[in-house]
Amino acid sequence: MPYSPLMVRPMKEELTSIGFEDLTTPEQVDAFLAPKEGSAMLVINSVCGCAAGMARPGVHMALEHGVTPDRLGTVFAGQDLEATARARSYFADIPPSSPSIALYQDGELVYFIPRHRIEGRSAEEVAADLTSAFDRYFAMPAE
Amino acid sequence: MERTFPSHGTKSELHGLTVVVETHAGDLCIGRCYDVVTEGVILLDADTHAAGSEGVSRAVFLDRAARFGVWPKQPRLIIAREDVVSLKLLADF
Repeated sequence: MPYSPLMVRPMKEELTSIGFEDLTTPEQVDAFLAPKEGSAMLVINSVCGCAAGMARPGVHMALEHGVTPDRLGTVFAGQDLEATARARSYFADIPPSSPSIALYQDGELVYFIPRHRIEGRSAEEVAADLTSAFDRYFAMPAE
Repeated sequence: MERTFPSHGTKSELHGLTVVVETHAGDLCIGRCYDVVTEGVILLDADTHAAGSEGVSRAVFLDRAARFGVWPKQPRLIIAREDVVSLKLLADF
């Protein structure tokens, strides 16, 4: 049974308030991941403490970096069940975990942070992993 | 960097964290730690690489787990204390 929408709303708003698209249906997930050009970050949000203490703050910090993804989307595990299942179908070889974060470049998964790379760490460490990946995969080559 | 863990009441400080348990038999059990009690380590959503098993090697199993996590093949797994050689965070691999 999904969580109460009322309970998860503030957890969603921590991301939607900084530009994330709240993907609540499989169709929205498909539309978000369909473009084969540009960069994207998909956050699988969750109610657990490491989402609150490390993942969402880490994402927030990372987006203050100079290089950031073109598109930002999020699904909520345990709440938007079909949307989360569809999102995970795009990286079906990777065991499910939440929170987790996927980075895409030109439609290809280029970087993934599973839950165990978030839990027990600081938001700053999560942000550092993300900004390093942003630089590696999304930075424009020097002229 | 020294790690600090949030309190989970009466449960182990590893509660909720993904850990690797190595056994005297050479098995690797990876899952979310529920608790560490007198009897042993309780894991949830775990997967095990059995020593001497065919298929992927222990090193490959651990490498994949460290990068992506494990499939939740065993909803609940208890490893007896006397079988445990080491208990480490998966994030440290």
